[in-house]
Amino acid sequence: MKKIGYDVVILGGGAAGMGAINGALSQNVSVLLIEREASTGGVLNQCIHNGFGVHVFKQELSGPEYHEIYLEKLSGFDAMYETTVLNVDVKNNTLNAISTSGVYEIKYGALVLATGARERPFEALRIPGYRPAGVFTAGLAQHFVNLENRLPGRKAVIIGSGDIGLIMARRLTLEGVEVEGVYEIMPYQGGLTRNIVQCLDDFNIPLHLSTSVTKVHGKERLEGVTVAKFKEGHPVNGTEKFVKCDTLVASVGLIPENDLVSKTVELSKGSGANVDDLMRTNIYNVFAAGNNVCIHDLVDFAAVEGEIAGKNAARVAKEEELPERMGILKEGEGIGVVSTKYTTATEPFKLYVRVKKPMGTTVLQLNDQKLKTVLAAKPSEMIEINVDPSKHNVKGKLTLSAIEVSK
Amino acid sequence: MMKNAKKTKVIDMTCVVCPIGCHLKVTVDENGNFVSVTGNRCPRGEAYAKEEITDPKRVLPTSVKVIGGELPLVSVRTERAIPKRLIFDAMNVIKSIQVNAPVKRGQVIVKNVLDTDVNLIATRTVKKAK
Repeated sequence: MKKIGYDVVILGGGAAGMGAINGALSQNVSVLLIEREASTGGVLNQCIHNGFGVHVFKQELSGPEYHEIYLEKLSGFDAMYETTVLNVDVKNNTLNAISTSGVYEIKYGALVLATGARERPFEALRIPGYRPAGVFTAGLAQHFVNLENRLPGRKAVIIGSGDIGLIMARRLTLEGVEVEGVYEIMPYQGGLTRNIVQCLDDFNIPLHLSTSVTKVHGKERLEGVTVAKFKEGHPVNGTEKFVKCDTLVASVGLIPENDLVSKTVELSKGSGANVDDLMRTNIYNVFAAGNNVCIHDLVDFAAVEGEIAGKNAARVAKEEELPERMGILKEGEGIGVVSTKYTTATEPFKLYVRVKKPMGTTVLQLNDQKLKTVLAAKPSEMIEINVDPSKHNVKGKLTLSAIEVSK
Repeated sequence: MMKNAKKTKVIDMTCVVCPIGCHLKVTVDENGNFVSVTGNRCPRGEAYAKEEITDPKRVLPTSVKVIGGELPLVSVRTERAIPKRLIFDAMNVIKSIQVNAPVKRGQVIVKNVLDTDVNLIATRTVKKAK
């Protein structure tokens, strides 16, 4: 076993991981990136659609462009590609990793988790029927079409109206696959309205709300699905309909990827890492950023979180004392998820918030302090809130709530 | 009483220029001509609304086959938005071509796609296969 050591070690080289490299390098420390794939970029490599970088680069780029342009800013870090981390020992500040060049024990001064998210598989939906060929997660279908030059099938049904599902509806249509429709169990869409317009409406692909798949047909290859109307989470009798298809694409959510640290790092109910406004976890030298904290809509937000995590990880690696936590933030009325769970109340920071259900004009407030008013709040569109400890009280017990003031 | 009040109509739409997705209310006159827009947070929203009611345009992202590259495909997009009505014709042009590795990001893959005055450019680097 080879033994090496770095000030800051970053797990995952997607948007948050690249942000962390950037943040750590600004503090003149030694930086090692460990990445499972052969290159940086993460999911950006397969997200060939435009819509990235509006905040960070002030222009609209495709995923691969965002990756390459961001990467060009970074120099002076080491990287191990096609390398898998086997375990993290937070007591001894070491981790074990394996690649084709051998097994490594790597000592870190501080660790940044930028492991992203994995897709919720179709199997998690507990839908009766066989599991024949032709059932894909949206990200897998995207990898096939955009990186491997393969088509998953000829006639597709999409289950779930998350952004990747909508993007794949357009992508498959452009490549000659007939997309029969998108089925969403909730009474409202999962993805951005912009993607409903340019991915579904532009191509006359129907979106069926309060409707989902209740049965999978076919044994070797998918032959079709039964769909039905849903009410309060249950299929409505008599509304079942058979839809012929050879491909089922599931876009049914992302799960923050924290399996490596699930026994040591404090996680939320949704399995995101609970961090403070410095992106630090409950372990003094372990930081987290990006989709393994909470699922973001915009890559820019993940990159910005990474920059904060990387910078503060480097400060800890240099044995600088970071401020103590002064506040604890809970999700209150109307709030689905909030990115930051603790506050040090030292510097201005951003809260990324998702509401539970669609609302009209909504006030977001921390205890009784108004932070922001939005004209419309939807679970599919994350709300960014700037918090300034010199203006807001962010100490003690804090509850964030979303109050609808008009429809 | 206004004698010459023109009949106007308000169209709801979502701006697709960036992921913020502003909700626009576009007022058009009886001939469908643009009158005004509200709800946009930047000037690009107004331009989008005008275009959307006359000749909607979209950026087309897709991929092109690569010969001798370390990947079988290179991702591409139109440099600017092209008329929506030309999307499938553009796809037919794009599906019929291939490029040799190496490909550089920003490299023009198809000049002046379907006489739109818009180029198709590579959006990533693809090195030669080792």
